[in-house]
Amino acid sequence: MTAGVIGKAIRRKEDPALIQGKGLYTDDMKMAGMLHAAFVRSPFGKARIVGIDASAAMAIEGVHAVYTADDVRDLGPLLAQVAIGALRPLLADGVVNHVGEAVAMVVASDRYIAQDGTKAVDVDYEPLEAVVDLEDAASDRVIANDSNESNVIHVWEVGDADAVAAARASEGAIEVSVKMINQRLIPTAIEPRSALADYNAGYGSVTLYSSSQIPHAVAGAIGKTFGLTSNNVRVIAPEVGGGFGAKLNYYAEEALVTFASRELGSPVKWTETRREASVATIHGRGWVGTATIIGTSDGKILAYELDALSDMGAYTQNFTVAIPLLGQYVAPGQYDIPIHWKIGCVVTNAPTTDAYRGAGRPEAIFYLERIIDAFARQIGMDPADVRKKNFFEEFPAATAAGMLMDSGDYRANLDKLLELADYQGLRQKQEEARKEGRNIGIGLSTYVEVCGFGPSALAEGGFSWAAYGLPAAFNGSGLVRVNPDGTATVMIGTGPSGQGHETTWAQIVSDALGISVDNVQVRHGDTRDSPMGIGTFGSRSLAVDGSATAQAAEKVRTKAARVAAHMLEASPDDIEFADGGAHVAGSPDKTVTWAEIAEVSYQPHRLPEGMEGGMEANAVFSPANATWPFGSHLAVVEVDDTTGDVVLMDYFAMDDCGNVINPMIVDGQVHGGLAQGISQALFEHAIFDEDGNLLTGSLLDYPIPTAGDLPSFQLDRTTTPTDVNPMGVKGIGEAGTIGSAQTVVNAVIDAVAHMGVTHIDMPLRPKRVWQAIHRNGG
Amino acid sequence: MFPRQFEYVAPASLDEALSALASTPGAKVMSGGQSLIPMMKLRLFSPGTVIDIGRIDGLADIVEKDDHISIGALVRHNQTASDPTVAAHAKALSQAAGWTGDHQVRNRGTTCGAMAHADVAADQPAAAIALGATMMARSSSGQREIAASDFFVDALTSALSEDEILVELRVPKASNGSRSAYDKLGRRGGHTDYAVAGIAAWVNVGDDGSVTDARIGVTGVGTRPTLAEAAAASLIGTDGGEESIRAAAGLVTDGITVIEDLYGSVEYKTHLAQVFTERALQQALAG
Repeated sequence: MTAGVIGKAIRRKEDPALIQGKGLYTDDMKMAGMLHAAFVRSPFGKARIVGIDASAAMAIEGVHAVYTADDVRDLGPLLAQVAIGALRPLLADGVVNHVGEAVAMVVASDRYIAQDGTKAVDVDYEPLEAVVDLEDAASDRVIANDSNESNVIHVWEVGDADAVAAARASEGAIEVSVKMINQRLIPTAIEPRSALADYNAGYGSVTLYSSSQIPHAVAGAIGKTFGLTSNNVRVIAPEVGGGFGAKLNYYAEEALVTFASRELGSPVKWTETRREASVATIHGRGWVGTATIIGTSDGKILAYELDALSDMGAYTQNFTVAIPLLGQYVAPGQYDIPIHWKIGCVVTNAPTTDAYRGAGRPEAIFYLERIIDAFARQIGMDPADVRKKNFFEEFPAATAAGMLMDSGDYRANLDKLLELADYQGLRQKQEEARKEGRNIGIGLSTYVEVCGFGPSALAEGGFSWAAYGLPAAFNGSGLVRVNPDGTATVMIGTGPSGQGHETTWAQIVSDALGISVDNVQVRHGDTRDSPMGIGTFGSRSLAVDGSATAQAAEKVRTKAARVAAHMLEASPDDIEFADGGAHVAGSPDKTVTWAEIAEVSYQPHRLPEGMEGGMEANAVFSPANATWPFGSHLAVVEVDDTTGDVVLMDYFAMDDCGNVINPMIVDGQVHGGLAQGISQALFEHAIFDEDGNLLTGSLLDYPIPTAGDLPSFQLDRTTTPTDVNPMGVKGIGEAGTIGSAQTVVNAVIDAVAHMGVTHIDMPLRPKRVWQAIHRNGG
Repeated sequence: MFPRQFEYVAPASLDEALSALASTPGAKVMSGGQSLIPMMKLRLFSPGTVIDIGRIDGLADIVEKDDHISIGALVRHNQTASDPTVAAHAKALSQAAGWTGDHQVRNRGTTCGAMAHADVAADQPAAAIALGATMMARSSSGQREIAASDFFVDALTSALSEDEILVELRVPKASNGSRSAYDKLGRRGGHTDYAVAGIAAWVNVGDDGSVTDARIGVTGVGTRPTLAEAAAASLIGTDGGEESIRAAAGLVTDGITVIEDLYGSVEYKTHLAQVFTERALQQALAG
């Protein structure tokens, strides 16, 4: 063991290249003879395509081709894991169903000419009535996508409606109900999507660079689309500048540049413009629903009910319909309470929704934790006490959503948060400020997350990868190789987009082998070189692929111990690894270096009798259960009731992701998650008009959070390891987002409740806060 | 995000720039490029030629003159915001420049560029009109002065002719009794981003404490930065106390057509204009 590598805040190995601007992204890739694609996109929420005239575009010097649905119909619609509802054609086929839908692809000698070409394609549209409002769409007054019979394409439902009815009828029951919107968001990675395909007819193979979280899955999907075996498709996700779930799809543009490269015999690249990123990449959230708590005046919750609708957008893509199911898994949160939870999946004339940081879980926890706060206010009880009164206290805990949560200690976590924030002190300060006419608010939320996907049983519930040509069940792998010079190369099947895998995985392998972190190089994202893996999403990489890598490293260690023992004429049981080599326990002077072990390993005649040459091992891991991280957050806000302006003064987060490999990276993940959750609470909103036009289609009107908008976060942790994986780790990528939006809203309501305000829909922009206060005569 | 093809020229002198502008129909002048380039990338605006004045010497200085402060065409927002002379004589402009855009924009964008761009929700134009500033517009045939209050014609439209460059902003120096302040609510709350509503207040206070003169510049709520004349007039001759401030605030949108947008209804923006009129006047009168 290299002492202290696990749990150490080692600086990220990724950063020197990135902060010097030397990291290579898909758009940095250039190939000889490369052409550029650009897309003609629908300006209508819904319209019939009467005709497309590309002659003027084709007449532009430098334009090589213009493709429409007629050219690509055979390649079929985009694949989806949960194929309920109309799938997306690669190019709009006779009708467009949302603003931004791709209608034609122009391929030209440079990207400027390609853009000019898109402006010269004349598309004759006959506009049709669109529907974007969720409740309006659910009524089927207008069918959004005529391939569906009803806009409501599925309903997820769990729990016990009878138990809720019984609670409602019980004596002394207090019922609190609030209708709330969890608004549609645009993920907005700093690096927009980009894809570069080189289809080589001579080799019968394709290489596709793509800014993706799921390179192996994209390779499988490209193989299915183009009839190629997996060993003839190479997908490379080089540096990826943020994904947040939005790059967890096989996208039409990936197929279309591959198609164009095949047709034209040249590499073809497309890089999304920022404006395209607002309409062509998936959106997230988009729920409306009524949450209800039935309880008693002593804070006991008798039942929780949610009746909601979720916006699918116009087409079903990868996990679109399954996103609310992820919310369902965590519907009861940390509470041992009966529930009845129902959500309809509704098609609208808007871009498709799919996984966005948290994916269903932030929405589910938002409704639960908002209504618990409203209940606490109704009965006049401290919101922390109401939560404590209803916690699961024993684990494993079987929830009312049919899940089994393996581990947790919710009370200790919340108590530690309240201590960190000096909750009682804050309440006193709030009271004093109130006397001075200042509106300070304190908001609380707890959460559980389900992640680390995951258990093979999930494949039956809709979470499968079969549609993209991969094994159905989730899995992860890691290959650890010690090179002849004693350094290690680790190859993993993940698709990181900023999560620090190269550092964290180096720590795991360094810990097992005693090779320094600097000498462990982690490779990912190239399907030709890296072992099978399904990618990075759902806070799963460490729990699954990390566990596989730890297992692989353990195999290498076992073998290396035998080699070292052979070299040192000792027993393998007495070999210890440290400081770049192996020694006999108790005799640190009897040492062989990793270079010496490796040199012997690659010469089989010098190995013990019967041992195979080489020094590498692969492992594939599929956990028995998901992991269940949890935590509690607290926000302090001040509201200017004259203007409605909200200032987030302080934010405290107490997260529990089990064991921690690199605390700095974990803190960084929490910071980013908080920023996005807080931003949903205060800033972001994808706003459409009734015709389906996106009114927030540029960063001028769609504010993404910056460090300047946020306070310095105060973080701490509790540590409750899981036993579903060998390292006891749970996942931290989405926790910050899942815990934060409702924490901020609860704080704002706490600040203005004395003026009669009970709820304000997000984002809590000043105008909404002011209107809510004003409406109540405050 | 790909502009149409355009010609780019970067003249070394102002005379060269002016003659290029005179001889190139449809050319557009660029200083910091923080508004022009995004608009071109979105193809909202596609000039045939961009004349980059960024390499011309002698335009990047703030100079204190006898009766005014001269702010050159290439003075960046951050320069305006951090200049002690501007802060001493034109606090409203100093504050408005400091709350323009974000750090990157403030390091590249220019005060004169923000004037010439004439965005409906820009901060510094409100300060310029409240301070009674003068725009110095030059063409190859000479130079003319345009009062700031006449400069902002409509949304994204200034009084500059096609062949003119805004070479300098002249802000009158403060006398003993004159003071100013700017306050706003930004789109992300606080002082961030474009103004949902922003008010620049300038007052002159006599020896007896009464308000002898006042100007109030309004931005964000209408189609152009505008002087609130009735509000300012109501303040003149008063003691500048709470009641007179409130009375002035109540008149601030008189004559202004308040426009609803994503950030506020007409009612809300009118209310904000009144609130920030009170706040800016309180700050200005407090000195």
